[in-house]
Amino acid sequence: MGLTYQRSAKRVLRANFVNSPASDYIVALAGNPNTGKSTVFNALTGLKQHTGNWPGKTVIQAYGNYRYKGKMITLVDLPGTYSLFTNSPEEEVARDFICFGEPDVTIVVVDATCLERNLNFVLQVMEITPKTIMCLNLIDEARRRNIHIDYKKLQDKLGVPVIPTAARNGEGLNQLKDTVNRLASGLICPNPRQLRYEDSIEKTIEELAAELIPTLQDRINKRWIALRLIEGDYSVIASIKKYLGSSTFKEEFEYGTDTPRMGCFK
Amino acid sequence: MYTTEETTLANLPLGRRGIVKSLDAEGIIRRRLLDLGLIPGTVVEPIRKSPAGDPIAFKIRGAVIALRLEEGHRVCVRPL
Amino acid sequence: MGQTPQEWVVLNDVVHKAETFRNLQGENIHDKIVSNIYAEAESLVSDVVELTNIKKDWDHRIDDIVTSRIFGYPLMLVLLGVVFWLTITGANYPSALLADLLFGLEERFTRLFQILGAPAWLHGLVVLGTYRSLAWVVSVMLPPMAIFFPIFTLLEDLGYLPRVAFNLDRAFKRVGAHGKQALTMSIGFGCNAAGVLAARIIDSPRERLIAILTNNFVPCNGRFPTLILISTIFIGAGVASTYGNMAASAMVIGLVLVGISVTLLVSRVLSRTLLRGEPSLFSLELPPYRKPQVGRVIVRSFLDRTIFVLGRAVVIAAPAGTITWILANVYIGDLSIVAHAAGWLEPFGQALGLDGIIVLAFLLGLPANEIVIPIMLMSYLAAGAMLELNSLSAMRELLVSQGWTWVTALNVMLFSLLHFPCGTTLLTIRKETGSFKWTVLSAVITTAIAIVVCFLIAQGARIFDLV
Repeated sequence: MGLTYQRSAKRVLRANFVNSPASDYIVALAGNPNTGKSTVFNALTGLKQHTGNWPGKTVIQAYGNYRYKGKMITLVDLPGTYSLFTNSPEEEVARDFICFGEPDVTIVVVDATCLERNLNFVLQVMEITPKTIMCLNLIDEARRRNIHIDYKKLQDKLGVPVIPTAARNGEGLNQLKDTVNRLASGLICPNPRQLRYEDSIEKTIEELAAELIPTLQDRINKRWIALRLIEGDYSVIASIKKYLGSSTFKEEFEYGTDTPRMGCFK
Repeated sequence: MYTTEETTLANLPLGRRGIVKSLDAEGIIRRRLLDLGLIPGTVVEPIRKSPAGDPIAFKIRGAVIALRLEEGHRVCVRPL
Repeated sequence: MGQTPQEWVVLNDVVHKAETFRNLQGENIHDKIVSNIYAEAESLVSDVVELTNIKKDWDHRIDDIVTSRIFGYPLMLVLLGVVFWLTITGANYPSALLADLLFGLEERFTRLFQILGAPAWLHGLVVLGTYRSLAWVVSVMLPPMAIFFPIFTLLEDLGYLPRVAFNLDRAFKRVGAHGKQALTMSIGFGCNAAGVLAARIIDSPRERLIAILTNNFVPCNGRFPTLILISTIFIGAGVASTYGNMAASAMVIGLVLVGISVTLLVSRVLSRTLLRGEPSLFSLELPPYRKPQVGRVIVRSFLDRTIFVLGRAVVIAAPAGTITWILANVYIGDLSIVAHAAGWLEPFGQALGLDGIIVLAFLLGLPANEIVIPIMLMSYLAAGAMLELNSLSAMRELLVSQGWTWVTALNVMLFSLLHFPCGTTLLTIRKETGSFKWTVLSAVITTAIAIVVCFLIAQGARIFDLV
């Protein structure tokens, strides 16, 4: 049995998050806790779930649909995390979906009043996938506090679309939907700013990435995987085997994504 | 009060800003402290203590994050 | 394990190379990667963000009070008291109104059945069984929920809950638990199943499990009305009427404090025995306060939470009422089935300062705590004391005529506070822990504590001749 990347593997992973039937695009919604991510989710999908104000409140993966210009879009609300380095089950869920679930677009919701901390997360997502949109939320709050963000310049520097929104009163949402469609359909081709590391690391990244081609072929970001291997994040190997592997390996690494693992307490 | 000798985050008086010098932690704890933005060179300010004196809330890169004394003592800072 | 495909050999080879490189580097590469990203973010921000005369936030001043050494803890208690007082006071009138309305309807149904010449058993089953338990659940449960949920949601939206966790973390640290457990407990006030689910915000499996196993000691919305009802008719009625609601609120706060103490105690025991381990890293963001969209919160919390929880209660109450009526009216020998079961449970109930019917009601109430009181009342009524039950004083009379004393009232409240989680919560625990063992243990620990506490109080009252 070969180890070509199976489209079905992607479906299996997506099915962990999304049970919805045929939709044109799958869009991931990621971001730090307390950025108004759930508000954006509700505003886009028209769902009227309650959103509290405490860190980590999105404890259940939610997904919802919306229609825009004839396309059916499924939006997956990922847990709010500070980073995508796998230090916790939530971070692993978010990372795995963005990387192995291959969403057509990943929206990163950002708190405009706390840009630096949030940019850190955006840059991490951009390392995984170029198909990233930065949703600069709470822009009304930033204005109120006299924080001025030159988002055109930010967009140029990042190389991915930056859309200012105030999801609470609907500001900017149409532009966001429009950008999602255009990015998903290939009308926009982002050219994300690439983080550079020191020469010795860059050289090794290149070498390892080249060696990963037979295994991963042209689907997953090999530079990113190589970087994780270099820093010793073995959970990424487990995920590769889990989502891309043959059935034997799949079983070995299989666990339910919908229930957090309690490790040694089983 | 105006010493600039290195100390730990937990010892920094409220309102006195400090710059992170190093982390005395390994493994997962180190990774998580880094993820919170506590990398060397970062300016941190203790803003308030819980009524019991522990944990302490710090302004770290724009967000207010509370840490217990144990974690606070793992972060070496130079008072500014 | 089957044969290793060629590609895994390659992958393992790459992993090995990466490892060699990492070891050669000596320094921590992860540190470099994180620093690099943050440095990049910093330089981007300095390029695109401009700050003009930053406004001092209100957040700071509110937090100074909310987390103050002097006001921090008292403020939490006062807030809790105000919420309960508003709930109890606000619920009185609509509750009476609903009861009048619904029991008025019951009379009409009865007349309708008489006109149609329906047999007595059919009238009993449909009107006295199904309809009456529905009427009780709605009139007793709906008003407090419809007041409590919006108030609670406003506090949640405002951002107060993380401050509670911040204030209480020290206590949780002492017992080897995680400060975010206070957050999961806050959510538990709404619904314990939601509280168990919220425990996902705790990363360490050990501390998460402690939070899951103890969440039930926070009285959820299905139990609040029980606590409120009993404290209103037994404690509130004991003092001058103007202070009745305050006394009842104080009683409920007292019970919540008991619940919190038991939570801390059980957490301590667990972290010293079954769930021993090091405390994990604690970090808690105190997000900026957010002005809640009041109108929206009221509508949403009513539609999403109140109607949802009430709907669940109603769905369970209707068949439970029917079944209870059957059990209370089908006779084996010269006793009904309920009387048989209650008689069998009576010695156990008496030992706990309760009675057989109360214990039976708690057992039958497993699917939802909301139906415990209706089952209890129906079983008492079948014993034939009275027929009308549309006021608090009538309810008090009924309970007293069944031998209730202040010890019975207190122990019913304590048992309700401490006993096994409801069916939904147990299923959630099963799902979240993936373990049958921990699910069973969650029911065993809670129930054992409920039994011990009630037993000690009942026996103490007996020995010191307080009843």
